[in-house]
Amino acid sequence: MKQLTFDAVVIGGGAAGMAAALELDARGHSVLILEREDTLGGILMQCIHNGFGLIEFNEELTGPEFAQRFEEEVGSRHIQASLRTTVLDIREEGGLKAVYCVSPAQGMMRVESRAIILAMGCRERNRGNIRIPGTRPAGIYTAGLAQRLVNIEGYIPGRDVVIIGSGDIGLIMARRMSWSGCKVHAVIEILPYPSGLTRNIVQCLNDFGIPLHLSHLVTDIYGEDRVEGIEVTPIESGALMHEKAFKIACDTVLLSVGLVPENELSRNAGIEIQPTTNGPWVDSALMTTMPGVFACGNVLHVHDLVDYVAEEARRAGANAAAWLSGYRPAREIRAKTGSNIRYVMPMRINPERENRLYMRSLVVKNDARLEVRLDGNVVKSRKLAHVQPSEMLSLTLIPEDLAAAGRDSTVEIALV
Amino acid sequence: MGCHLAVDTDERGEMKVTGNRCVRGEQYAREEIFNPKRVVTFTCAAVLPDGSVPGPESNLPRRVPVRTTIAFPKERIPELLGALRGMTIRLPAVRGSVVLKKALDTEVDVIVARSIASE
Repeated sequence: MKQLTFDAVVIGGGAAGMAAALELDARGHSVLILEREDTLGGILMQCIHNGFGLIEFNEELTGPEFAQRFEEEVGSRHIQASLRTTVLDIREEGGLKAVYCVSPAQGMMRVESRAIILAMGCRERNRGNIRIPGTRPAGIYTAGLAQRLVNIEGYIPGRDVVIIGSGDIGLIMARRMSWSGCKVHAVIEILPYPSGLTRNIVQCLNDFGIPLHLSHLVTDIYGEDRVEGIEVTPIESGALMHEKAFKIACDTVLLSVGLVPENELSRNAGIEIQPTTNGPWVDSALMTTMPGVFACGNVLHVHDLVDYVAEEARRAGANAAAWLSGYRPAREIRAKTGSNIRYVMPMRINPERENRLYMRSLVVKNDARLEVRLDGNVVKSRKLAHVQPSEMLSLTLIPEDLAAAGRDSTVEIALV
Repeated sequence: MGCHLAVDTDERGEMKVTGNRCVRGEQYAREEIFNPKRVVTFTCAAVLPDGSVPGPESNLPRRVPVRTTIAFPKERIPELLGALRGMTIRLPAVRGSVVLKKALDTEVDVIVARSIASE
């Protein structure tokens, strides 16, 4: 078995993995990227639409363009990447980390390192996850799979489409399918508000006159060999209104019903997973419960913008570099969720450093205020014109904000 | 992400945009009402230097992503898509290279969005 040694190993060569690797390299550490696909870039490669990079590059790029900018940087710094390589296991062996992986070119490999960055991204929830009743015919795809078929393989999965869930990938696919000459009949969303970004509702549904049925549930799928249609039932005051159910004929159903961080490897390694995010528990340095193993990007929590992924991943890379050089935080205090906040990332704060926090709202609200309370006292607050669960919030805490923090202090983030 | 714009007309019939935090918002609102435009992205079939199509054993992609350089008039998008559907792009493809100059006699070019080698 081939043996390799690096200071750090990055698992996943998407936006997060590349951004983290660049940061480690810039700080003088040897780093190897392990990537399962033929190319670096991850899911960006099939996201041919524009809207990426507004924060990162101050211009609107397509996914492949965004990926290629990072890829060129990785190439120019001669950072090593092992493509077509699948990681099987992460272990602690002899005080070091061992990553076991396999590729057609090298066979089985064991890569030894002192730090690991988890950057495996996320998976789509599928029909089984949301338990849609009905037959099991051909023609049911997750939106991301359909996106890959259309944009990379060059196949059209069907002609008459219904999209279940109003997540961003579903909305993007509504436009993509319409532009490919298909008819998108409706988008069905169980919640009373859309799950995707507002710009996608406007540009991907309204532009094409595609109806968005909010507070509606798909209660049946018909068809023997191929999908023939679905049954849609309105929800009023939390109850299914069966007498108002209606049918939509279609030959294709696309599911855009959420993403789940891909943590099979982390779980097997014994890393603790948070139920609120489905990603690893991390401290103020984005380090998991396995010392020396860091997490960033969609494997940590699902982001709505790749720009945020890159920012977070750079931080993870820089923190891993600091850890490799022996830095340990002197103390950390707890970050917890207050009213209307689903989660705060990370769950620990270093009062001696700058802390960038991401959080998600539980509610749709206008004229909201984001409040940071240190042991009950408001130390920072920000007005927000509009918040919704689909749009991630962020804020930065500097040491001055936390000057009053004691050993057992708690920072609470609340939306009021 | 972005601002929530409101568009109204004042007492003299002039268009008034509120809710924007920078000048781009007002320009966008004006354009969105009088001449809506969208960046169009698509993929075209890739062909190898000898004119053949990458086979199933090949590591080369079968599609090449393309985009309009700037936003394209919305009502003419179906016409543009018609032109792109029949197009093939010969590998190697170079990011930024023009595949359709002044598309449909507009000021908008269609360019390759990703460099792809031919082997």
